[in-house]
Amino acid sequence: WMLIGRRGARTGHTMDKSITLPPDEIFRNLENAKRFAIDIGGSLTKLAYYSTVQHKVAKVRSFDHTTKATGDNLYEISVQEEVTARLHFIKFENAYIETCLDFVKDHLVNTETKVIKATGGGAHKFKELIERKLGLKVDKEDEMTCLIKGCNFVLRNIPHEAFVYAKHADSEFRFQTTQPDIFPYLLVNIGSGVSIVKVESEDKFERIGGSSIGGGTFWGLGALLTKTKRFDELLQLASKGQHTSVDMLVKDIYGGSYGSLGLTGDLIASSFGKSATADKEFSKEDMAKSLLHMISNDIGQLACLYAKLHNLSRVYFGGFFIRGHPVTMHTITYSINFFTKGEVQALFLRHEGYLGAIGAFLKGAEEDNPNQYSWGENYAGSSGLMSVSPDMNPMQRARSGTFDMLEMDRLEGKLVNLPLLQDASSYIPDTVDLTEDAHAREYWLYCFEEALDGVVKRAVASQPDMPEAAERAEKFRQKYRHKLQTLRHQPFAYGSLTVRSLLDTREHCLNEFNFPDPYSKIKQRENDMALKYYQKAVKCLDELSWEERQYALVRGVLAGNVFDWGAKAVSDVLESDPEFGFEQAKRQLEERPWLVDSYDQWFERLKGPPHKCAMFFVDNSGVDIILGVMPFVRELLSRGTEVVLASNSGPALNDVTNGELQILTESIAAMDPVIQAGLREDRLTLVQSGSSSPCLDLSRLDKVLAMVVRERKTDLVIIEGMGRAIHTNYYAMLRCESLKMAVIKNSWLADRLGGKLFSVVFKYEVPAPSQHSAALTPS
Amino acid sequence: MAFNGHQCDDESIDEDETPTKQPRSNKEMPGCFINEPKNEAAASAGRATSDRRTSNSTARQRSDSVKKTRPPFPWFGMDIGGTLVKLVYFEPKDITAEEEQEEVENLKSIRRYLTSNTAYGKTGIRDVHLELQDLTLCGRTGNLHFIRFPTHDLPAFLQMGRNKHFSSLHTTLCATGGGAYKFEADFRTMADLQLHKLDELDCLIRGVLYIDSVVSSGPSECYYFENPTDPDRCIQRPYTLENPYPLLLVNIGSGVSILAVYSESNYKRVTGTSLGGGTFLGLCCLLTGCSTFEEALEMASQGESTRVDKLVRDIYGGDYERFGLPGWAVASSFGNMMSKDKRESVSKEDLARATLVTITNNIGSITRMCALNENIERVVFVGNFLRVNTLSMKLLAYAMDYWSKGQLKALFLQHEGYFGAVGALLELLHPS
Repeated sequence: WMLIGRRGARTGHTMDKSITLPPDEIFRNLENAKRFAIDIGGSLTKLAYYSTVQHKVAKVRSFDHTTKATGDNLYEISVQEEVTARLHFIKFENAYIETCLDFVKDHLVNTETKVIKATGGGAHKFKELIERKLGLKVDKEDEMTCLIKGCNFVLRNIPHEAFVYAKHADSEFRFQTTQPDIFPYLLVNIGSGVSIVKVESEDKFERIGGSSIGGGTFWGLGALLTKTKRFDELLQLASKGQHTSVDMLVKDIYGGSYGSLGLTGDLIASSFGKSATADKEFSKEDMAKSLLHMISNDIGQLACLYAKLHNLSRVYFGGFFIRGHPVTMHTITYSINFFTKGEVQALFLRHEGYLGAIGAFLKGAEEDNPNQYSWGENYAGSSGLMSVSPDMNPMQRARSGTFDMLEMDRLEGKLVNLPLLQDASSYIPDTVDLTEDAHAREYWLYCFEEALDGVVKRAVASQPDMPEAAERAEKFRQKYRHKLQTLRHQPFAYGSLTVRSLLDTREHCLNEFNFPDPYSKIKQRENDMALKYYQKAVKCLDELSWEERQYALVRGVLAGNVFDWGAKAVSDVLESDPEFGFEQAKRQLEERPWLVDSYDQWFERLKGPPHKCAMFFVDNSGVDIILGVMPFVRELLSRGTEVVLASNSGPALNDVTNGELQILTESIAAMDPVIQAGLREDRLTLVQSGSSSPCLDLSRLDKVLAMVVRERKTDLVIIEGMGRAIHTNYYAMLRCESLKMAVIKNSWLADRLGGKLFSVVFKYEVPAPSQHSAALTPS
Repeated sequence: MAFNGHQCDDESIDEDETPTKQPRSNKEMPGCFINEPKNEAAASAGRATSDRRTSNSTARQRSDSVKKTRPPFPWFGMDIGGTLVKLVYFEPKDITAEEEQEEVENLKSIRRYLTSNTAYGKTGIRDVHLELQDLTLCGRTGNLHFIRFPTHDLPAFLQMGRNKHFSSLHTTLCATGGGAYKFEADFRTMADLQLHKLDELDCLIRGVLYIDSVVSSGPSECYYFENPTDPDRCIQRPYTLENPYPLLLVNIGSGVSILAVYSESNYKRVTGTSLGGGTFLGLCCLLTGCSTFEEALEMASQGESTRVDKLVRDIYGGDYERFGLPGWAVASSFGNMMSKDKRESVSKEDLARATLVTITNNIGSITRMCALNENIERVVFVGNFLRVNTLSMKLLAYAMDYWSKGQLKALFLQHEGYFGAVGALLELLHPS
């Protein structure tokens, strides 16, 4: 069943107290911790707690210009303390349980906590110890219920949680996009036995079957046959063996294949069929391999039969038999492919080992209603998926004595799909999957490493009043560099490696060390400066003919987009020439025809009726938003199109945040009657995207944004910038017209796309009419 | 006597036949073999007339057509599996004096050798209790013998065939099973025999349906266990497979094949598993040092699998009520063997029993799922894994009944592992 045999724990290990725990790294934020849960398996313990994290956030506030003169600045930046919710999950060997409980007790401040939710086969055994050490009452929860709750939670909240394993492919792990609807699915939990559970909704699941031939059979029978005691040693043996010397194959019976049934000669006809002889010795490796095949095939076959009977195509595998072991993931995958002829894919989960602990925690936190929020994996605090393959990770054995962590941040509200996605279930935000594209991976890892010095410098400079900033920045450097190194070896550690994930990881690490917004001052300066030119820019545009103006507006957006501190080629220019201006940027732009150029179609479209409502995903602060985007928006408003400006909820690089944009828009409105009228008449609206990333995931957007899209019957989506329109969404298909505009500010990427530095992408797309007429789907 | 003089005279021998005794039972292959009493009458009436002469009797015509296609003796059907070779041999008991006189010596010698012994060499065995007497096949009456020997002794068998000049009889040897393909060249080179290779599943189904239709005296061919969930009241009962379709046919040899059979000619292989009889024996040999199936079964009968397996109650202290799992159910086969102490305290008998229970229950479990997927309620288990293996049969009967809440019925056949060979023999007599 799902239970790991506890015998191993009872007799196998002695308590190890020699370990000292580094408090800043392992059980973080314990002082604010409340709501504990623990899942004790046969060899690993998973501790979960809910905590709050106090960290600095940069806030902008408009000066009250009536009371005092404040110099040139439009708004003030203040760093405030903000408290956000975070879930901590820590996995460690049962041997350390006592040390860990002592540690938790010593650091626990909150005394309101009275109970700890517990699950797993070992919960019963350690009940007394936990109660004594922590002074908390152990409240047992049903194991399967916890497992399913945890599974639902990770499938919903962690992008790239599920993956397909392909041993011989270029990338071993093929991550799946988060499905809008995760139900129904089959969970095959391979503990000492096998449980097969059909999950139909959050609260509805049923154990539809199981098998007694599971991980315990592999372990128990394997130990008898090979005199090898440890589970992972048995797997090691198996990976070195040849099953053909032990198994009777079809060709051993037929001399070849059994053609009329399509059974190839290499198929196993009878597991251990050749060992039915007293006078032959078999190697441990070969027997272990044969056993592994026998058990994996059997489980795969049963899983397929159940999947077929219940008409389910999503089948997830978990349990200690699977848990990150490439050997078993491979054999199970093989078996599923064989028995379903490729119709069903075996799916695995990155955080499979945490499901029970997450579920137990959620049971205890039901009153907080954790499912009403969206949660995001914190890349800074989470260990990521480690390969246990000795070839890929020679440190694995050393690591088995250490700690694995998962941290999840509670996000503001719930994140949902953009209702205009043509097919939410097949939408992939990222343009290039670096786990699959080794060449691109090499480049981007190098690129981010190269840029690290600059980021550190910027971070320190952003906090001139704080003397320890340099020290923190150094810690940030180490952390991020370590992440990059990990990703070099294990590109799949946090799901598909993408430029977006590299950028997001950097943001998470900066936040971790209290550099919430290193570009705040730069943004402030550039916003102030750009505002001064706004009226002049608008006046110039107004003087042009309609035809000339449309082109000038597009060029303006593109030139504005050159001002991007996230791009090294540009930040070098901006650092060395602070006077670099809008006009110079325009001169840098490529002449038409652009690298991707559908301006003519766009121009033709503009001659037609105005759009009902345009949703504009904006990019950078300063020249970009003020001199590029705002005049463009102004023209749309003048045409009679409503405009929704979607900007980041939190800071990322020099991207304009929703908070900043509010102030900027008001200030522009004060100079510009068109913008003012737009705001007043509610034809110009600002929404936050729900993201704090330089990139854009259209499947995780703020709920309000989605609502506005629906209410206003948005029929044009504009996505601006390299992060949002090239690294992500370049191939995104929408059900309405879309315009993707960006300047390529990276020569490698330009090269790859067949262009050169400062090449322009202007991609205007109109969906096929049949799809266009389709109604909006509920998100 | 000439080696090869007689197969062409087959028809005339038949023509002159005089049944020497009345058959005890009326055994026929439906739609294929002639009606015995009429044949007898016709044969008497037609005595001394040329076999090709016209006859007013319909039976007579049918008799003629049968004779035309009737192959020369000896009649064998062979199934060469991964572990065992199964051989069925039809011994004609209605040989006339004249016939006997003309019978070549080789043929006689083979008949005598096979019918006067019950064991051949070190490993060949005739299952006397399965012998079907007074069977009428293609108008001939005789006994059907069931013989088996290990596949690894096939070379010795071929050598014997060579020594007995089997090839001189110019018979067609119908063979099925993988070995028909694998050893085809050996038959040719070692014994100068040409195999007529047949598909094993075709043969299996044909064999099952035939045997079930002809056995009408003695113990019923098909049986089931009444009260399978109550060990004290569990008894074997005859079952009539009158209207057998659809049925799930589970053949447990070295490996397992599961077939859904909708009619004699309409069937499909649903799936199979490599955890079969070969796995039971292979694992038992490794775990206990035994070397034969009988030894392994004997040990299993004395062991206790609950010392080896981890049961639901070992984990939950009783039933796992939330999911309707009884405490006695096996949660993890060999699960207790994860612990060193328990590994040291179990006996070989316990291990053999656990292996048997594991393999059997797994077959039961896969079968049950197939029955559900195919929507079939009747399951017939065959194959040599079940030979002298009441333990497994009762387990299967129990598992089918318990987990299906009485919906599924497990049926068994007396001639367990011989159906493929019977099917091959039928193919010889009446090519499909």
